[in-house]
Amino acid sequence: MIKALSFSDTTIGKKVLMAVSGLVLFGFVIGHMLGNLQVFLGPKVYNDYGVALRDAPLLLWGVRILLLVSFLVHIAMAMQLSALSRAARPVGYKMRKDAITTFAARTMLYSGVLVLLFVLYHLAHFTFPGVAMGAYEHSHTGDVYSNFVNGFSIPWVVALYVAAQVALGLHIYHGAWSLLQTFGLNNPLRNATLHGGARTLALVVVVGNILLPLSVLLGLVQ
Amino acid sequence: MEKSLNLVLHVWRQKNRDAKGQFVRYEAKNISEHASLLEMLDQVNEGLLEKGEEPIAFDHDCREGICGACGMIVNGHAHGPRKATTVCQLHMREFQDGEEIWIEPWRAAAFPVVRDLVVDRGSLDRIVQAGGFISTRTGSAPEANSLPVAKEKSDRAFDAAACIGCGACVAACPNAAAMLFTAAKVAHLNLLPQGEPERDTRVRNMVAQMDAEGFGHCTNHYECMEACPKHISVEFIAQLNREFMSATARARQELRPRRK
Repeated sequence: MIKALSFSDTTIGKKVLMAVSGLVLFGFVIGHMLGNLQVFLGPKVYNDYGVALRDAPLLLWGVRILLLVSFLVHIAMAMQLSALSRAARPVGYKMRKDAITTFAARTMLYSGVLVLLFVLYHLAHFTFPGVAMGAYEHSHTGDVYSNFVNGFSIPWVVALYVAAQVALGLHIYHGAWSLLQTFGLNNPLRNATLHGGARTLALVVVVGNILLPLSVLLGLVQ
Repeated sequence: MEKSLNLVLHVWRQKNRDAKGQFVRYEAKNISEHASLLEMLDQVNEGLLEKGEEPIAFDHDCREGICGACGMIVNGHAHGPRKATTVCQLHMREFQDGEEIWIEPWRAAAFPVVRDLVVDRGSLDRIVQAGGFISTRTGSAPEANSLPVAKEKSDRAFDAAACIGCGACVAACPNAAAMLFTAAKVAHLNLLPQGEPERDTRVRNMVAQMDAEGFGHCTNHYECMEACPKHISVEFIAQLNREFMSATARARQELRPRRK
C-alpha cells in the first residue's frame, strides 16, 4: 500500500483548488456585471460608482490581488490536470462516440483560453493606463461613463466583446455545475434545483454582459 | 422466425503488449439474431481456427452480465450501443444485416493491451487492495438485527456495490478517469457501519492509488454513468469528493492536536 498523498498532489485536491478559484472568479463576474449594469442609471450614478471604487484602494487592490491569485491557481491546475488526462489515454479510439457530454464540457480548455485572452484585451481596453486598444483615448479623470460610450461605439470592439461573452457563458455553464460536484453537493433531492440554478446564473451573466457592450450601438446608453 | 445476419467486422488485433496493433477486417456470416456479441465472436473464431489462424482474444467469464470480465468498445460505445448492458448480454438483434461493426479494446494508460481485445485491469485491483476491505471478523454471518443499518443507506450501499469492475467507466471517460469505479468501491463500504473503522484511510489510500495508477481526473462529462452496465450514479463521485475532503481535514487535525 502506498502512503496517502498530500491534498494538492491528488487529482481531487487539484479539482478542489480549481473549484475554489473558479468560485472566486465566478463571484467577481457577477459583481462586475452588477456594478456595470449601473450604466443604465445614467452618467452620475455610474461615474460615482467608478470614483467610489477608485477611492477605496484597499478594497480595489485586495480584490485585484485575490483575482490574480485565483487566476494563477485556476490556470496552473487546468494545465496540470489536462496534462494528466492526456497522459492517461496515450492511444485514442478509432470510433468513440460521446453519449451525453455537452459541448460546453468538451470545450472547457478552449473557452478558458478565450476568456483569458479576452480578459487581457479587456484590461488593455479600459484599465491599463496609456494603452488604447479599441482605437480611442480613454480618460483617467473619473469619467468612466464617457469611456464606456467611447469604447463601445466601435462595432468590431462590440462584436469581440459579445463573442467573448459566449465563450465565458459556456465556461461558467459547465463550471458552475462542476464545482458543486467537486464540492460533493450532488444529491438527487436537490440536483434539479442546483442544476437549474447553475444554468440560470450562467444565462443571466451572459445576457447581462452582452447587453452592456451592445447598449451603445442600440442607443440605450448615449 | 429467426433472422440471421451477415456482418463486416473491424477488430483490433495486437499480438502482445509491445506489438503494434491494427484493425483487421472479418466477415461474420449467418449470425443468429439471438446470439450475443461474444457468441458472434466465438463463431468468427471457429472459422479462424479452421483456417489455422489465431483466434481473436477477448476476456469473458460468466456471460450473464455479472462478473465484469468482458468489455470492449463496440461502434464507439463501451459495451456496445445498448444501455446498462454488458457486451456478453448484447444481442445481435441490436444490429442491422450488413452492418459494419468496429471493435476496439478499452483504451487507457492504466489498461495496457495484453492481446487483441484483452487489457490488463490490474490497476483496478490495486485500487481495491489499497482500501476496499474491512477489518471486522468474517466467517459466519452475524445476527442480522445486531447491527441496524438505515434503509436508505443500505439501498445506496447496494447501488454502489453493484459495480462489477469491468472498467467501462474508464474506457468511456474522455479523461480515462477511474473516479466512478473508485467512488463506487469507497461508497459501498463507507456507507455501512462495517466500513466505519477504516473510513478515512480507505478513501485517502484508494484515491492515492487511483492517481498513482495514472488514471485521469473527472471533468463531469458523465460518460462513465452512461456507459456503466450497472448504471452507477455520478452522485457517488460527489460523495467520494466529500469523503476525501473531510478525511484529509481530519488527518490534518490529528497531526496538529488542539491544546486545551
